[in-house]
Amino acid sequence: MTTERQAGMSMIVRTVTRWLKGPILLFGIYIVLYGHITPGGGFGGGVIIACAFMLVMLALGAQNGLEVFSKGVASRLDSAGLLLFLVIGWLGTGWASGYFFANFITTPPEAWFTLFSGGTMPAMNFALGLKVASALFLVFTVLTALKIASSPGSEEDEA
Amino acid sequence: MIYSLCLLLILVGLYGVVASRQTVKIVISLLIMQHGVHLLLLLIGYRDGGSPPIMDSGQAATTFAGLSVDPLPQALVLTSIVIGLGVLALMVALCVRLYERYGTFDVTEIRRLRG
Amino acid sequence: MGVMEPFGVETRTLVPLFVAVPLAASLLIQLFTRDRHFWSGWLTNITMLALVLMSIQVIGGSALYHLGGWPSPIGIDLRLDSLATLMLLVINIVGLAVGLYSVDYMKRYTASGHFYGLFLLMVTGMNGVVLAADLFNLYVFLEVAAVASYSLVAFGCAHEELEASFKYIVLGSLSSALILVGIALVYGITGTLNMAQMAGRVAETGLDAPLLLAFGLFICGFSFKAALVPFHAWLPDAHPAAPAPVSAMLSGVLIKAIGIYVLARLAFNVFGAGDSELSLLRWLGVLSMVVGGLLAVGQTDIKRLFAYSSISQIGFIALGLGLGTQLGLVGALYHLVNHAVFKSLLFLNAGAVEYATGTRDLGRLGGLNRALPVTGVTSMIGSMSIAGLPPFNGFWSKLIIVLACVEAGHYGFAATAVLISIVTLGYQLKVQRMAFFAELPESISGAVRSMGREPRLMSLAMILLAAACIALSLLVLGGFRDPWLIGAAQQTLSAGPF
Repeated sequence: MTTERQAGMSMIVRTVTRWLKGPILLFGIYIVLYGHITPGGGFGGGVIIACAFMLVMLALGAQNGLEVFSKGVASRLDSAGLLLFLVIGWLGTGWASGYFFANFITTPPEAWFTLFSGGTMPAMNFALGLKVASALFLVFTVLTALKIASSPGSEEDEA
Repeated sequence: MIYSLCLLLILVGLYGVVASRQTVKIVISLLIMQHGVHLLLLLIGYRDGGSPPIMDSGQAATTFAGLSVDPLPQALVLTSIVIGLGVLALMVALCVRLYERYGTFDVTEIRRLRG
Repeated sequence: MGVMEPFGVETRTLVPLFVAVPLAASLLIQLFTRDRHFWSGWLTNITMLALVLMSIQVIGGSALYHLGGWPSPIGIDLRLDSLATLMLLVINIVGLAVGLYSVDYMKRYTASGHFYGLFLLMVTGMNGVVLAADLFNLYVFLEVAAVASYSLVAFGCAHEELEASFKYIVLGSLSSALILVGIALVYGITGTLNMAQMAGRVAETGLDAPLLLAFGLFICGFSFKAALVPFHAWLPDAHPAAPAPVSAMLSGVLIKAIGIYVLARLAFNVFGAGDSELSLLRWLGVLSMVVGGLLAVGQTDIKRLFAYSSISQIGFIALGLGLGTQLGLVGALYHLVNHAVFKSLLFLNAGAVEYATGTRDLGRLGGLNRALPVTGVTSMIGSMSIAGLPPFNGFWSKLIIVLACVEAGHYGFAATAVLISIVTLGYQLKVQRMAFFAELPESISGAVRSMGREPRLMSLAMILLAAACIALSLLVLGGFRDPWLIGAAQQTLSAGPF
């Protein structure tokens, strides 16, 4: 039994969403990866990636949205993204001779302002994008699409 | 002059927090207040006739520093927006749970704790 | 006293680990062990033990750590000095005790794996606030700790917990917005966020009107976090409603690490506040002492009584800070350490009482000394400490604060402090009499008898904190006092670049 809300939106919205979800996701990934050259980076790009999945969930119904990106996967990716960020930062210490978050990859000056420059920054942007996207999607999913159990002492999901 | 507009926004948000009867309106007023504060922070970094703080590949660092607006407040505001997002998500979740427990969004009725 | 380093690890490498280790542990718990209470609990406790050992390792040392290797005014720094060392010890030792306690206590909650993740996030935030050397990172870590605490207060999802958490989160966000306005003003005036550089620029221009406005905003914002009257409205709801280990952490460490500590740093190290600015802090302290103490007397809920008592004791600490003299600061820091230990002990006791009997209402409790022996003994130690009975630690720290008031010429404040100490004794005796010494009422005797003694880890945690209470009373002796307290006080008082 699907309720009105879970069935998604009208035919026009569903068709346009099926076309657009790819480009939106690609745009978000572009913003994350080029974060060291153009404005954006992990935060803004992550929000756009999350928006792509949220659009799928809104337009095509909660079931389809959760099949693409389930709550468990989002939760694991959330923690894994930040753990990756910390590990990259810790690698900068060089085991007690460097500093946390030191940029230990150098790029020659002729490679500046290209995609593979900026040292560890693209990797950190990627980790942040992963975290922000999954966190935002998780928040959206839990607040709108999942039925919240109403018994006292039941599971409290943090953002 | 423009700083006073930021202050106005902050005061409007503050009024909303104090005077609202519904939890959701309190949340929205807090959001307005945070917008005002972010605007204030951004405006402090402004420079008359400045350019956006994005460096071109051909530009020297010194000309860039002489032309652009201050990028540090922009980074601060970005961080603060994300923090605000986290707090907003928590507040909305609390509003939803409060509605389940008390059956109302009205703050004057959610007053079991007193003394 | 030189650097101790008993375990042979260099101080400089440990500084970022205070923040990175609990954060990594929190993430590992959320990734792997979130559904398994046992492993989450043990990972938490091992992490807290590691943090305590690291805190002991860095005693006496100081370090300035540049994140990313960027030099000082450009980059983000983490600074470790004696005040930071003292705070780190307090946070991590109390955190260890609470972590041990919560292994047994949180078994009664579902989704307890989430609890450990949030708990470690709160510890991360507090460690970060204490170590931060620039204003905006202080704000970010403050928010991390605060958001974790908002979630933890609402953890059980019962009616009171949600309502208390909503009140807490609204007032907390309001104060954070005020703090951010203050940061914006200070950045606009001095052009830097690095606290050392800021101190230098403030010293050049002196505290003129815009800087005074920023300082005032900071006092308002951080007084919310420290629960000084009249900014205390969230505390009497949030601390009782939260689960007991969370109350202990909140009342014992959080309001000090993100409230009092930051006020001390800003007032002395950054702004170089003079007597007229510090007088505001003194008056807030006295107001909190009186209001908290008087309102505590009439409470019937045991945890609400302790919450008002926290407000009162924070008033003592703020009074000591506001005096601005070395003796006052020594008294304030000593009382901060003491209060962290005995207030968390008292909240853990209240939690044990609730665990055994299912109620917090003093009118329905009684005669628990025989049923819960460990709780009874440790709560007697805690009550005598907080009331200021010699030779317990509370007596010494309150004595130092009163002496500092007299030395600075504020006889009225000294008299008020003595009076409120007597009031504190009054309501603590009330708790002891009504909960532990009276007859065991019929309504709860069945629940108590079926439980037997307290679970082992809860007893261990309470005994640990009670032992710390007794050990801290030795801190007034010269050998311990000089390096730990006086060094921290002196370093805090020296305004300017540090």
